[in-house]
Amino acid sequence: MRERSGRPTRPGHAGAPARRDPAEPVLAIEDLTVTIGTRRGPARAVAGVDWSVRAGQTLALVGESGSGKSMTVLAATGLAPRAARVTGRVRLLGEELTVLPEPRRRRLRGRHVGFVFQDPMTSLNPVLTVGRQVSEGCEEHLGMTRRQARERAVELLDLVGIPSPRRRADAYPHQFSGGMRQRVVIAMALSCEPDLLIADEPTTALDVTTQAQIVELVADLRRRLGTAVVWITHDLGVVAGVADTVAVMYGGRIVEQGPVDAVFAAPSHPYTRALLAARPDPAHRGRELPAIQGAPPSPLDLPAGCAFWPRCPVRGDARCEHELPPLVPVAPGHRVRTFYPGREDA
Amino acid sequence: MARFVLRRLLQSVVVLLGVTLVVFLLLQLVPGDPVRVALGTRFDQQTYDALRERSGLDRPLVAQYVGYVGHALTGDLGVSFRSGQPVTTIVLERLPATLSLAVTAVLLALLVAFPLGVLSAVRSGSVLDHAARVFSQFGVSVPDFWMGIMGILLFAGVLGWLPPSGYVALTEDPAGWASHVLLPAAAVGLVTASILTRFIRSSVLEVLSEDYVRTAEAKGLRSRIVVVRHVLRNALIPVVTVVAVQLASLIGGVIVIEVLFAWPGVGRLTYDAVQARDYPVLQGAVLFVAALFLLMNLLVDVLYARLDPRIGVR
Amino acid sequence: MSGHPDGTPRRALSALRHDPPAVAGTVVLLLLLVVGVAGRWLAPAGVNDVDVDGMLRPPSPDHPFGTDELGRDVLSRVLVAARVSLEVGLVSVGIALLVGVTVGLLAGWYRGWVDNVLMRGMDVLFAFPVLLLAVAIVAVLGPGLLTAMVAIGVVYTPIFARVTRAGVLSVREQVFVRAAVSIGASDARIVRRHVLPNIAAPLIVQTSLSLAFAILSEAALSFLGLGIQPPDPAWGRMLYDGRGFVTEAWWLGVFPGAAIFLTVLAFNLVGDALRDVLDPRQLTVGEARRSRA
Repeated sequence: MRERSGRPTRPGHAGAPARRDPAEPVLAIEDLTVTIGTRRGPARAVAGVDWSVRAGQTLALVGESGSGKSMTVLAATGLAPRAARVTGRVRLLGEELTVLPEPRRRRLRGRHVGFVFQDPMTSLNPVLTVGRQVSEGCEEHLGMTRRQARERAVELLDLVGIPSPRRRADAYPHQFSGGMRQRVVIAMALSCEPDLLIADEPTTALDVTTQAQIVELVADLRRRLGTAVVWITHDLGVVAGVADTVAVMYGGRIVEQGPVDAVFAAPSHPYTRALLAARPDPAHRGRELPAIQGAPPSPLDLPAGCAFWPRCPVRGDARCEHELPPLVPVAPGHRVRTFYPGREDA
Repeated sequence: MARFVLRRLLQSVVVLLGVTLVVFLLLQLVPGDPVRVALGTRFDQQTYDALRERSGLDRPLVAQYVGYVGHALTGDLGVSFRSGQPVTTIVLERLPATLSLAVTAVLLALLVAFPLGVLSAVRSGSVLDHAARVFSQFGVSVPDFWMGIMGILLFAGVLGWLPPSGYVALTEDPAGWASHVLLPAAAVGLVTASILTRFIRSSVLEVLSEDYVRTAEAKGLRSRIVVVRHVLRNALIPVVTVVAVQLASLIGGVIVIEVLFAWPGVGRLTYDAVQARDYPVLQGAVLFVAALFLLMNLLVDVLYARLDPRIGVR
Repeated sequence: MSGHPDGTPRRALSALRHDPPAVAGTVVLLLLLVVGVAGRWLAPAGVNDVDVDGMLRPPSPDHPFGTDELGRDVLSRVLVAARVSLEVGLVSVGIALLVGVTVGLLAGWYRGWVDNVLMRGMDVLFAFPVLLLAVAIVAVLGPGLLTAMVAIGVVYTPIFARVTRAGVLSVREQVFVRAAVSIGASDARIVRRHVLPNIAAPLIVQTSLSLAFAILSEAALSFLGLGIQPPDPAWGRMLYDGRGFVTEAWWLGVFPGAAIFLTVLAFNLVGDALRDVLDPRQLTVGEARRSRA
């Protein structure tokens, strides 16, 4: 199809929700626990997690794979696998999600929450055009006709920086590069102007240059649209650039959370420090990166005490092994789960 | 896309050549003189000489084969040892009966297999899913001709609703055709339905675990839309090919059912040719069916490439 | 792949024990084996004891499965015919296994033109509907037990060749095989020591499922009068002979058919269970294309 002349109209604000009290978090989860029934017994993927994110702000959820960071948001939004049992409270725009029947929850998803997943190679449907995949959310939630939704899709593709969007809307995912596909996924996530964008490792599968572009794109869109963002990553380097607050997860629990500056300036959990140390630092180029010894615990077999104890360089005492450390404040808004906040080594 | 089709076409031609060789060699494998065997007690020298001449059995093997392929290319598959009629005419005459039976069987099978396969995948682990598995295990294990006999016993014998066997052309009397086709088509269709149910179930299950289905759910689409637009579109691409292949194998594979129900199709023709030792007809029917089978498989692959936008670029 | 070859059979057996359908299938197969071996002695009457006064008698204590159109005892004939079905099934699948594995090994190991020639040959055999090819082969060789075995063996050869070739291709790239090649081990030794144990699992599964299809094919051939010749009984032939009488004599249709069904079902149940344990990949297109006997 040939590109038609004339500029597309700016996105309208059809069906945009009434903005609520800006002090009220867009999404707040409290004491969220997810247990997954597996063949080898129950696996506790997430335990007692609390956090919230406000409009226009970015929360980074950081941790290794298997730490429960993805499962936290999937469970909160009703996308957890069928075998998962979810308890706790999840408030989206003041509405309690855990007690909502799935049809209601479904309407909030997509309409008020947009998702960007890790691998753009697999998260797009191979047999539908990208335009269709962007527009179907608008049809579903904004009551648009197919034609209106298509126009909207073209605008969105333009917004996320896809060249000649009108022509590209009729292309299939395999005709796009990885970075371009991730832009399509972001356009999809933003199609209903959601209040919250959940980005689950959106740059992991991309090359370094593209990663930076996607990070910049999301940051830019957040500024322009005032969306709250939950950014899930294992890369603390990304966090410094995009996040306002950060929550570090280990073994299904938060081990440290707080404003990103505070956490970076004064990392108080040994695991956070290890993560920060493992980050490639341009100032110390050429030095060997310190790796964290050992492997993360299996959710099937979590230790009784601190989950990090077997790998911890501090190795306090028997308490760490047998007793779960509480999440204690070390500064305003900065909390850490350890008996020995800030201690460098034993 | 064009290159893909061309390559498959070339492959099919090579295989088809192999098929003609096998079919040609069938006659050579007949112990003794096939014409003499075929004529049996009806032997007379004049017919014998004419048939030997016509089938070219006196020439060297390679020349015979080249002649066979050459004639086959022009649509000449020889003449019947029995009636002297051209084999091509005989086979084509029988084709409508077989086609109408095979298509009806596949349609009946889809009517059952599609909802059963999709639902048992979407509700995997449910009672329905278990029932579907029992059904498909039953269907793949039961001989279709036994189902046919049981059908005759119940619907023709006990209930008297349907004729036990026989054929009425669809073009002459649609209602009569329908009453005759139902039992044989259901007997064959049961097996097809079980194969398709299994296949549709596993295909849908596979797609359900894809990332893009989670993406669709994350968009907050209704589950019906997720299943129809995102799951089925992908899951049914391989299913379409399997349906077509099942249809192809039915066209050549309903010999026993056609014999049981006195259905005058290509299968019945093959059987009669075997009984009468009418080797040219046997060869012609086998070659025809195998060629049709190959053609259907080729079409299926092309169709597959058209349905799946990813294959076109390879 | 199947992992460590040593653990495979034991793991398979223990898993099968906890799978009710597989246990049922195994029990039926063991019973069949007994009937197949001892059918002639288990049968209450001779298979060809004609009784003109007792034709088409319904099941009774004297004749639990009734009598046929010649007054012969149906139960005895069903029991004795078990042997034919098992023999044809085992021998034909044995032929297909032997030839198919050899072809697959040669094609997968030597690749190049050997692979091309052999596998195109298999493609040709694959291009025929199964039963049609078997009928054609039997028709030219002359009907009988042996030709039925050969015919069924031929039509099931390509599937074994393909399974074997695919296995060989994936195994030969693995480190331990490359290592064996590099230290100069002979081809035969590598194939015996490394390749065969690693493709055993899919072959075992295929064998079990093929037995089911082979027995169905044998029944179809004997229904068409192309299997074992009268007066020896075969299940398919009994159905053919009884087909004209079923509306008056249901037992002629029910019992031989049920025997075929149970046998095939048992092989399928065991085959599926073996697949779940040994080779748990999904049903593939190729397989579904083939799964009509």
